[in-house]
Amino acid sequence: MRVVIAEDLFLLRDGLTRMLQAHGFEVVAAVEDGPGLLAAISSERPDVAVVDVRLPPTFTDEGLRAALQARREIPGLPVLVLSQYVEQLYARELLADGSGAVGYLLKDRVFDSDQFADALRRVAAGGTAMDPEVIARLLARNCDDGAVGGLSPREREVLGLMAEGRSNAAIAARLFVTERAVAKHTSSIFTKLNLQPSDDDNRRVLAVLAYLGQ
Amino acid sequence: MTMTSGTTTPGDSIGQPQPGSWHARGLVASARGLAFCGLMLAETGLWLALAIEVTFAVLGVGLLPIPATLLASRSLATRTRQLTGRWCGVPIPDPYLPPPAAAPETGPETGTGPGTETGQPSFWRRFGWLLTDQATWRDLLWDLVDPCVGWVIALAPAALILWGLFGVIMPAIWGRIVQVGGNNWYAFIRVDSTRTGWLCVPLGVAFAALGLYAAPWLLRRYGLLAATMLAPTRTAELALRVSHLAQTRADAVDTGAAELRRIERDLHDGAQARMVAMGMTISAAEQILEQNPAAARALLNEARDSSAKALAELRDLVRGIHPPVLADRGLTDAIRALALDSPLKTEVIGGLTGRPPAPVESAAYFAVSELLTNVAKHAHAQHAWIDLRHERGLLRIDVSDDGQGGADAARGTGLSGIERRLAAFDGILALNSPPGGPTVITMELPCGLSSPKTSSC
Repeated sequence: MRVVIAEDLFLLRDGLTRMLQAHGFEVVAAVEDGPGLLAAISSERPDVAVVDVRLPPTFTDEGLRAALQARREIPGLPVLVLSQYVEQLYARELLADGSGAVGYLLKDRVFDSDQFADALRRVAAGGTAMDPEVIARLLARNCDDGAVGGLSPREREVLGLMAEGRSNAAIAARLFVTERAVAKHTSSIFTKLNLQPSDDDNRRVLAVLAYLGQ
Repeated sequence: MTMTSGTTTPGDSIGQPQPGSWHARGLVASARGLAFCGLMLAETGLWLALAIEVTFAVLGVGLLPIPATLLASRSLATRTRQLTGRWCGVPIPDPYLPPPAAAPETGPETGTGPGTETGQPSFWRRFGWLLTDQATWRDLLWDLVDPCVGWVIALAPAALILWGLFGVIMPAIWGRIVQVGGNNWYAFIRVDSTRTGWLCVPLGVAFAALGLYAAPWLLRRYGLLAATMLAPTRTAELALRVSHLAQTRADAVDTGAAELRRIERDLHDGAQARMVAMGMTISAAEQILEQNPAAARALLNEARDSSAKALAELRDLVRGIHPPVLADRGLTDAIRALALDSPLKTEVIGGLTGRPPAPVESAAYFAVSELLTNVAKHAHAQHAWIDLRHERGLLRIDVSDDGQGGADAARGTGLSGIERRLAAFDGILALNSPPGGPTVITMELPCGLSSPKTSSC
């Protein structure tokens, strides 16, 4: 799987490259700024891009903007955004086009390289990988209106894990229930959020989007 | 309830024209002129008292009653200022220097003189404070000018109206006036018959109408006259401004220093301590690596968790110093991010076209953040709204909620803390929170906007 990395700190860029190579990814370019990322994406056409939010030259949300622009040019380009902090605002912007294949994780998550590699593969395959911290802040909200307000607490929990990008099997393991029970919850979530049965992965993205957009 | 600091009050209603017809306004204004005349009596009495006291002081009785009289003059002047603001549409700010700090209680030697006369150490300081304040002398000048000149303006409308009424009833009373040998001239008319008596009626109506019509105008002139003596001089204004700036600067420095101490403590107890623990755990793992790989692995796991926690703590710390989203996107998006993170359904209305200076942005961000936390904690609200705009050189932010209301800035330090921090930028905070809600908190910060940053991509 071909990966482009954009990270301005040499140590982290190098570490990420080596870690991804160790997990069998092919790092086709490792760049250090926003313009470099756009150039690498259009020349290399990677399967997935790993992007740090804060990049030169502005040292603001350059990486996020570059990722969004790349996705405008190549719709559905899988992008995993890494950051020292997470903001729901940015998560929404990443998911806003509704095409999925988006990850948004704290940099800490690379500590567990197996999980990180899993997340990257999920994103490359069109799924989502939202950081548990984003989800935790969503769960802290107690407003009860909108479509998501109609979900039971258990369904919300399942939806949160879904947003993190976990499969039904992983959710079942986390919640100590059977996979069938999780499948029942997910179909109930889709019904309540009025998502027609189509491509299951896309429905998961749309459900997560509704969740973040509440 | 409204509390403000600084010099402006949002929604200032002072100086608005009174509603009602012109003659009703005139009647009210002339009555107010009469009320001012009442104050003049007090001012005259005050001068008499002062003259007597000074005479006695010269005779050696003592200075003791003089400061009290000066303070009485001060409260009279303050009353006049309030009334000119409310009645004449001429608000006059207080010109007085701040009172001296309470005398240190170190013993009798702090008082000058043998102490036989007063026995209280702060007497001379208070006396000095009163005598050296220019405003005291200007108050006294006003106490003199007002009864001499002011009454002409203040009394004129009422006098004109009464004089007009006198003319209107002239046909009925001229006979009696002539009978008792009184003055039978009404203005330029010599009243010696019913016919000439009737001539006085239109003239009287004209006088009364003039009095009514001119009353509000004259009352305003009176207010302006008062302002020439009762308003702070340029020097006093500057002195007040300096003392305000000194206060807010001291607060700003204190706040900054307290922040640095908090950051130092957080780093010391948090991330630093975790790094030390991490190093020790790793070296322990190193030692047992050969004999017990399983235990070494557990220790390494522990070290990794520890580093994650250190990162999380550093992240929180950075958020508290300067939130990354504020640096990245500016105030509007940073407040949107706050709204998303709030446990309440929070709506952001409006926005800014440019960016305020960084310190203002930061102060406004933390103020909104704290207010939202307050709402979530205390207001029992379902919804909150943040209205954000910039007009006429003011950044204005309204934070409102549909909670139970009854918020009181006097209780708890949260709101007054925000107010103090805003004051460093000449910003103000106004709270409107009737019991039962809703609560609206308005903040205003004078600032310019820089043009939006041109995006690099």
